Amino acid sequence: MLEHVVNGLVLGGTYALVAMGLTIQYGIARIMNLGFGDMIIAACFATYVLFTTFAISPLLALLILVPVGYLVSDVMYRVLMKPLVSRAPDEGALEVDSILVTFGLLFVIQGVLLALFGGGYASYSFLNTPVHIFGTVVAGNRLLALVLSLAIGGAMVVILFRTRWGMILRAVALAPNSAPLFGIDTNRAARMAFAIGGAMAATGGVVLSMFQTFTATAGVVFTMKALIVVILGGKGSVPGAIAAGLLLGLVETFVAAYVDPGLTLAAVYAVFLALLLVRPNGLFGKA
Amino acid sequence: MRNLFSEGGLMTRRLATCAIAALSIAVATNGVAAQDREKVTVGYAISKSGPNAGGADMTVTPNYELWVKEVNAAGGLKMPDGSQLPIEVIAYDDRSSAEEVVRAVERLASQDKVDIILPPWGTGFNLAVAPMMAKFGYPHLAGAAVTDKASDFVKRWDTSFWFMGGSEDYVSALTEILVAEREAGRINNKIAMISVADGFGIDLVKAARPSFEAAGFDVAYDKSFPPATSDFATILNEAGNAEADTFVAFTYPPHTFALTKQAKIASYSPPVFYLGVGAAFPVYPKIADGSVEGIMSLGGVDPNNELNNAYRAKHEELVGRGADYWGSVLIYASLQMLEQTIERVGLDKAAIAKELSSGTFSTVLGAETRLEDNQLRAINWVGQWQDGKFVAVSSAGGEGTQQVKLPKPGWE
Repeated sequence: MLEHVVNGLVLGGTYALVAMGLTIQYGIARIMNLGFGDMIIAACFATYVLFTTFAISPLLALLILVPVGYLVSDVMYRVLMKPLVSRAPDEGALEVDSILVTFGLLFVIQGVLLALFGGGYASYSFLNTPVHIFGTVVAGNRLLALVLSLAIGGAMVVILFRTRWGMILRAVALAPNSAPLFGIDTNRAARMAFAIGGAMAATGGVVLSMFQTFTATAGVVFTMKALIVVILGGKGSVPGAIAAGLLLGLVETFVAAYVDPGLTLAAVYAVFLALLLVRPNGLFGKA
Repeated sequence: MRNLFSEGGLMTRRLATCAIAALSIAVATNGVAAQDREKVTVGYAISKSGPNAGGADMTVTPNYELWVKEVNAAGGLKMPDGSQLPIEVIAYDDRSSAEEVVRAVERLASQDKVDIILPPWGTGFNLAVAPMMAKFGYPHLAGAAVTDKASDFVKRWDTSFWFMGGSEDYVSALTEILVAEREAGRINNKIAMISVADGFGIDLVKAARPSFEAAGFDVAYDKSFPPATSDFATILNEAGNAEADTFVAFTYPPHTFALTKQAKIASYSPPVFYLGVGAAFPVYPKIADGSVEGIMSLGGVDPNNELNNAYRAKHEELVGRGADYWGSVLIYASLQMLEQTIERVGLDKAAIAKELSSGTFSTVLGAETRLEDNQLRAINWVGQWQDGKFVAVSSAGGEGTQQVKLPKPGWE
């Protein structure tokens, strides 16, 4: 029983880690980034190259790739997203436009990765060491994903709810049209939120690559999973993403252990549907 | 004046269009004339993107490229009259979509009118294009396709050839080894078995259940999981609780790699540890971080076969990475057979099909490779990592196979 809880939380930590960046991009910058999973894969490949070619530890790669993810997303927002934001007459139009643009972005990133690395499987071994927690043995790299997602999530919650800067971000998320009346630079805040999301995609990619086999075209799988977690948790809610991620991890693990591993996917979607019926805006979403 | 100018511009443009049209017609006719044997066009549709790209990129595509490179470097395909023609390749990406692969093959046959069509990757895709290949009369050398129905298919499409055997072949060879091990008292009567709920996993597990049961084994844990599964902590945990000495997993590469990593974490090391696709990849020991000794899977090579060793060295040199230890050599052998067939009978499709089914060829598999009922049967069914090589094994050894070494040693 306890081992399933531990395994479920560790698995859920991965989901939460992947989803947090997307929820920030969607909730604050209001960009529904369908290319999110491919940014994760790009980070996976970058880590892979750094580790296998330059023998740079993925932990060190984290220090390199997270700022890179931030900068790339910052530029991406300036070049690709800003024109959309200025042009969109309302929130709904921006959502549709951003979905279309990031759908294109998905294929651009995928195409570049395919050209660089081909379609083959990539995988390496790092930190695949047993760690004992409450009598359960878990993989060190997966545990790292859980710890990182909790740490980043916790830091984000503190920043969002306890600092002036966080209040600005929340104001932009809540009322993008009124925020400028208080002297808030909404453009800057949205860009920052998008860039933070990009940095989180990079974090997720680096950690995921340690234990998951990936291909240049696997990004959409991560986007899908992250999307479920984001919607389940409530869009824009960091605590929601963590809670939903951990919940899905627990559901998958318990179903695999007590019902049938073949039903894990069905169970995830059943929980998804049931929760949306009760809370259409997600666990932590605001109506 | 401005009007005149634009009028003039229009004229020029019209003229240019005419010229281009005329030119393209000329080129087209020229093209037809040139096709009158200055080269041999070989077409294929293969998954370069999408979920199948990983498998295709490991087993099939590199061998096609290797073969074309080699043939062209040697002056081209030899024809019956002793002349040589270079190969020109037309390759499409089927984007891992079954509709796309059928469309691409139809295009190769009816529009590009290529001389030879090489098959796509995967059982399902080969079945999808088989009717099309038969309709246009192209010999279909289905390489990366595992099917038990090959004997039926060769009746339905008599120009089809099957090079990878069927699920029952692989499973019965494994069962034979397990029975011998049980008789020797090295393993108990229980088997824990998992499979991916997708093509390969479903086919193999369907063949495995009756085979294991008929041999008197108790399949104590038998579960399938969705292809998107990435975490195997719970599944391995439950499999371990079954107290079986034999663990069998019919999986695709991402699962095979994840299972290996998780088994090391959980120190799960049953005497027989048998995994699916991916365990015969040359990168597998690196992904598993060393300790692969004793792990079993499908395929395997005879380390004493010089032809095979030479092929593997060439693959590494020209493709830049090693060939996998299962399908690659079979695909390459099928291409060698095709090459020798063309040298004997030319490019007539019916003649090629006839020669393929009745001829004897010298390939990387041996000096006398021939098909039985349009199927290749000289296949290594079970392999095991022994001293850093994935070798073909059987319970007693012999006939190109090594003796299986069990129990598998613990993880390092």
